[in-house]
Amino acid sequence: MNVEKAERIKKKLKESSVGIAGLGGLGSNAAVALARAGIGRLVLVDFDKVEESNLTRQYYFIDQIGKNKVDALKENIEKINPKVKIEIINQKLLKGSMEEPFKDVDVVIESLDSAETKATFIEEILTKLPDKPIVAASGVAGYGHSDRIATKRLGKLYMCYDEDAHSSDDDVLMAPRVAIMANWEANLALEIILGEDK
Amino acid sequence: MSIEVNGKKVDWVENETVTQLLKRMRYIFPLVVVKIDDKVVLKKDFSEVVVPDNSKVAVIHMISGG
Repeated sequence: MNVEKAERIKKKLKESSVGIAGLGGLGSNAAVALARAGIGRLVLVDFDKVEESNLTRQYYFIDQIGKNKVDALKENIEKINPKVKIEIINQKLLKGSMEEPFKDVDVVIESLDSAETKATFIEEILTKLPDKPIVAASGVAGYGHSDRIATKRLGKLYMCYDEDAHSSDDDVLMAPRVAIMANWEANLALEIILGEDK
Repeated sequence: MSIEVNGKKVDWVENETVTQLLKRMRYIFPLVVVKIDDKVVLKKDFSEVVVPDNSKVAVIHMISGG
């Protein structure tokens, strides 16, 4: 192992923060990946409760059904890396003030579910917090076709993107592909924070 | 007299709005992020903003799932 590189990364991540909008398949898995990597602070935003149907792909457990996702995910992360500072916001993001919880983080991860909310959220972050890097995902549904996923960069917007995927309304959401996209988002967040790995 | 849309070179049409361009390109997805020369165009302005000659337009559509 490159000890010097590891120390440099550890220090930089410890003083960095990521905000996550939506704690479903994308958000819960991205949060756990970043916690394991050693991120200093996470701002977790969701208004939902854990349901049995979530367990097919989201980072929750059977005994957490009925709990607020923000509380359940905080519990799970604390069991993995108690050093992460976790701020939880148990509320729905409303059009017009969606950027509010994310003013103070280094990178925003969009991990919402409906296409419409995703588009609205991205637009609000890009216009109200123009200097804030935002990582978003589109096209997570289905299985296979890992190679169709690519990163598309538009200024401060980093899209984890499969334009040929179907909408989840007409398709299935399955753990492997959702987790690939979630970790892709977390990996992009690391790259933004640490700079390109050369 | 041309513009670039998602990397594709297409003719520039005078006074064409974002809404008209999306229609011409057959981008029928209702939900998109549009940037012209790296500036975000708000959805509410799609029918008013005119696409300038030589501009680079990026259209990204959102697909549900998260």
